[in-house]
Amino acid sequence: MSDEQNSTDLPIYDAQKRRVDRASKEKSVKIALLSCGSEYAGVQAEIESAAKDVNAQLVYPEIPVDELENIGRDFGLEVASPDLKLLMARAKSIIKGDVKVDAVLITTCFRCAEAAIVRNEVRRYIHNNINLPVISYSFTERTKAATLLTRMEALTTVARRKTLLSREKQKGLTVGIDSGSTTTKAVVMRNDEIIGEGWVPTVKVIDSAENALRDALEEAKVSKEDIQAIGATGYGRFLVGDHFNAQVVQEEITVNSKGAVYLADRQKGPATVIDIGGMDNKAISVDDGIPGIFTMGGICAGASGRFLEMTSKRLGVDITELGALAVKGMKENVEMNSYCIVFGIQSLVNSLAKGASPEDVAAAACYSVVEQIFEQQLQEIEVNEPLILVGGSSLIEGIPLALGEFLNVDVLVPPNAHLIGAVGSALLASGYVEE
Amino acid sequence: MAQIIIYPTTSLILSDLVRRFGHEPLVMMEQIREKINTVGIDSPPLNITGQEPKKGLKYAAVEVPAGVRGRMALVGPLIDSAEAGIIVDEPDIAFGCMGCARTNELTKYLIRQRDIPLLEIYYPRTEDEGKEFVKQIATFLKELNNNSKNSESEEEAN
Repeated sequence: MSDEQNSTDLPIYDAQKRRVDRASKEKSVKIALLSCGSEYAGVQAEIESAAKDVNAQLVYPEIPVDELENIGRDFGLEVASPDLKLLMARAKSIIKGDVKVDAVLITTCFRCAEAAIVRNEVRRYIHNNINLPVISYSFTERTKAATLLTRMEALTTVARRKTLLSREKQKGLTVGIDSGSTTTKAVVMRNDEIIGEGWVPTVKVIDSAENALRDALEEAKVSKEDIQAIGATGYGRFLVGDHFNAQVVQEEITVNSKGAVYLADRQKGPATVIDIGGMDNKAISVDDGIPGIFTMGGICAGASGRFLEMTSKRLGVDITELGALAVKGMKENVEMNSYCIVFGIQSLVNSLAKGASPEDVAAAACYSVVEQIFEQQLQEIEVNEPLILVGGSSLIEGIPLALGEFLNVDVLVPPNAHLIGAVGSALLASGYVEE
Repeated sequence: MAQIIIYPTTSLILSDLVRRFGHEPLVMMEQIREKINTVGIDSPPLNITGQEPKKGLKYAAVEVPAGVRGRMALVGPLIDSAEAGIIVDEPDIAFGCMGCARTNELTKYLIRQRDIPLLEIYYPRTEDEGKEFVKQIATFLKELNNNSKNSESEEEAN
């Protein structure tokens, strides 16, 4: 291994080690694993590894075998697979209180129709009957612990840190850094107000975070030494958190839920948060600012901000101009044959060649992204109003417009929606400001 | 003695019956035991890895869920090497269970596709049916013994 590789790998290893150390100091969380096929798909070890990293203990509720005979009728969903019957029986035992757990993870094979029906209905059943954070995930043999980690982290955070999550006002002088896949954002907040912000493309994780923070501090006219607490989120959160010695290092599900309801001033009651990121999307059902059911996309780039970025490049406009174009266009004038980022762009190019206007193409691109989010993610959560759209893509006017048309609801894009992760982090970090 | 694939492939009762009549039952437990006892990078008992669903591609296409292909990586070779088979239809879960209905369907289909002596019988629900169930299996297993003895005699005569 070369020295250069060494210098890159070591900080990551250290950050991971410190993350595990950090989690091991917190209270262990019991997660009920309701699964079908995870052992035979070879992903059980990955699930266990992710759970270990966040200091969670996986629990398998015991049930009498004869209960499996009647569970179909009891639950109301009669299926053929015994492991899915077991999954439903275990869910029932959690609701009955036979087993005490802090959170629930439901996971089944990707591409199994029977399992998909059970997974969705069991998640809804748990959500409607008990106040526990619950997520579901469909795996392939390629699912790795790293993929599951953010989800596990969110589950354990909701279970562990309800007091921190109940914070509704930012106090003191705090910084939030969101090290995203495409851009790095930083905000400086003082007494419930954003006084400085930085937004730079993510190149080298730590350098970009330093640059974003420098811009934010300059605008806020404060020095680094005056900062009372720092929160980090996003893909690079562990490295960044480690570098700045952050008090809060938190995944995006929790932070963005908190940030969205804070910026939209809808901190009480139910809400739905949709974050279209550069590399993946999050759809989160929120109650009092705390995430309940959530999904994270990330398999297909065609449903992410990256697709919009590529469309704007092809149209020869800046990404900030794409939204204004889309609002003027007619998506019906463009035939989109694929959701794929490569073939989707090809469809747009073909339409341009046939005489479609850039406005129509921009509208079709926005519609395509929203359509995929609707089909692949919103079916898996409870969509309650207000629907809060956040993330950089929310500033592209065509996106909230298309989403509103799709769901027939008013889409709320709060001020500073692009800074959601940074604001949420600064807000949560203020819980560590000493009185 | 014949190697006999049984369905459900985890049935202890059926496996025991087969062994009592002098045959070798081909069962999932043996495959799992081998996995657990074989020293590898992934220590027991979690040594079914992402490789198994890939091996299962021999029996099911890539669009079939990973859990089915992972199971088929264990059951498929048993079906391939079987000299006879016994399928018990609509069994009780306690009689033996592979957990996944799609794997069950594919397993039974692949056994039926083999050109081997096959007994297909319904799981008994009453005591009388139970007696008849054991009798039919016993007859099938004895006939396998007789057939193999006859074919051995024929070979010797030739």
